[in-house]
Amino acid sequence: MFSHDFMRHAYLAGTFIALAAGLVGYFVVLRNQVFAGDALSHVAFTGALAAAVVGASPSAGLFVSTIVVAVVIAGLGGRARGRDVVIGTIYSWVLGLGALFLTLYTTSASASNGRIGITVLFGSIYGLSRFQATIAAVIGLATSVAACVIARPLLFSSLDEGVAAARGVPVRVLGTAFLVLLGITVAESAQAVGALLIFGLMVTPAATAQLLTNRPFRALGLAAGLSVLELWVGLALSYAIDRLPPSFAIVGLAFVAYAAVLAVTRSRRRRAPA
Amino acid sequence: MVMADTIARPHVTWDLVADVRELLHFQFMQNAFVAGTIVAVTAGVVGYFMVLRGESFAGHTLSQVGFPGAAGAALVGVTPVFGVLTFCVVAAIAIALVPGRRSTGPAFESALIGSILAFALALGFLFTTLYSGFVTGAYSFLFGTFVGISNTEVVTLFVTATVVLVTLLVMGRRLFFASIDADVAAARGVPVRALAVVFLAVLGLAVAAATQITGTLLVFALLVAPAASAHQLSNRPGRALLISVGIAVLVTWLGLAIAYFSEYPIGFYVTTLAFGAYLLSRAGRALAR
Repeated sequence: MFSHDFMRHAYLAGTFIALAAGLVGYFVVLRNQVFAGDALSHVAFTGALAAAVVGASPSAGLFVSTIVVAVVIAGLGGRARGRDVVIGTIYSWVLGLGALFLTLYTTSASASNGRIGITVLFGSIYGLSRFQATIAAVIGLATSVAACVIARPLLFSSLDEGVAAARGVPVRVLGTAFLVLLGITVAESAQAVGALLIFGLMVTPAATAQLLTNRPFRALGLAAGLSVLELWVGLALSYAIDRLPPSFAIVGLAFVAYAAVLAVTRSRRRRAPA
Repeated sequence: MVMADTIARPHVTWDLVADVRELLHFQFMQNAFVAGTIVAVTAGVVGYFMVLRGESFAGHTLSQVGFPGAAGAALVGVTPVFGVLTFCVVAAIAIALVPGRRSTGPAFESALIGSILAFALALGFLFTTLYSGFVTGAYSFLFGTFVGISNTEVVTLFVTATVVLVTLLVMGRRLFFASIDADVAAARGVPVRALAVVFLAVLGLAVAAATQITGTLLVFALLVAPAASAHQLSNRPGRALLISVGIAVLVTWLGLAIAYFSEYPIGFYVTTLAFGAYLLSRAGRALAR
């Protein structure tokens, strides 16, 4: 399996992407910001295709758009919450713009890649060059380190914002820094499993970890470990089974693991005396 | 768009009668307008109640579950609309019946829904991959299309819409009461829980119908934006319902007409028009104050 360049690149990039996704994903679930992640993934699609239309690299478009929008969401703060109607209307418009860019790109004479939309939406981890894989690994590693550095104060401020602020934790700065990390992770994950499936790499392992343990740092490590493990096994499965797309293998595996843990913990709780 | 390869590009002459005649000349455009109108009326009515009840996230979930339904049906050789309808209604009932949804906390619930969403979309992607050479098909499921709506699909949409509208007509008053104040309604003997389950099933049908025009990803354009605009413009339920339906139909007709005469996808026009209508209604309300 590792005799192929594309598999080595996929494992190199995928390992660090999954590590970052697991760590950041744990806080996404803890801080209940799943829908900020949803917003960023929608924007990622449009950003990548807008970049392709103007002739820039789609991954540059991914990173620029998700980071800018992460800062905007941070700026809106609590005001953006509970407005699912406004947010829903804006999302669908952003995606509609993405559909326009997709047509603009695929109908332009210079277009060489008619599958670019599918690539952005559902990932193309086997399409990474050596250079792209190295860049993705470095960014993934840097994001993971940053997440670990701010883990303790971020945990504190996620669990009890008021007390953390009173103790002198810079809650607002941390919140913004975290959203920027989230933006970077979304852009990274979009390269591995695609903009539409990033939850499978970010949220599902974290949700599984939270079912297994109540202790924060153990859950954080578990989320990262599960994410990396699911990516490794998923890649191997998609290599072994013909026509099984890697992003489905990874996301499907994560979901099966989550469902199994959910079923076991539910039945155990039901059997325990009340 | 796909049309560019098959027929000469139509031109706008700005002679309204000639343009409309041109627009309705082909069978596929007649089907598109009939299907679009059915879908828009349904989405306008159901969307009004969905926004009123604050269940737009359920609508979002259902639309994404429709994608593997459509792709799976195409894979086994069934008309996609049947796959979408089945998946959406089953998912709607599952959402309504999941026990103890409230007791486990919002973080648990959104993580669960997020995981299900990712898995549903991944499943849809698997099906489209297995159905080889299917890139265009995947795009039309995701972003909507108006070419190639068959007579069977129009009839299916009509039956679906009739079921939805009759159900809402029967329970409309009680549903409105239960949506405004569930506790008081329950105390007055309104079967609040049963209404909620039936409404989600109806929502599943409406979402499935709307995806036929807007695609999985853009369903909010017809389901949320017109209803949200209507809520801005009027507090009276009957009037707001009419406004919601009116905006949905107008957005669909204009979207179809512009998409026919241009080379860009209908999803972009429908979402932009719907978004524009929402902005205008907010501006209108701000000015009226």
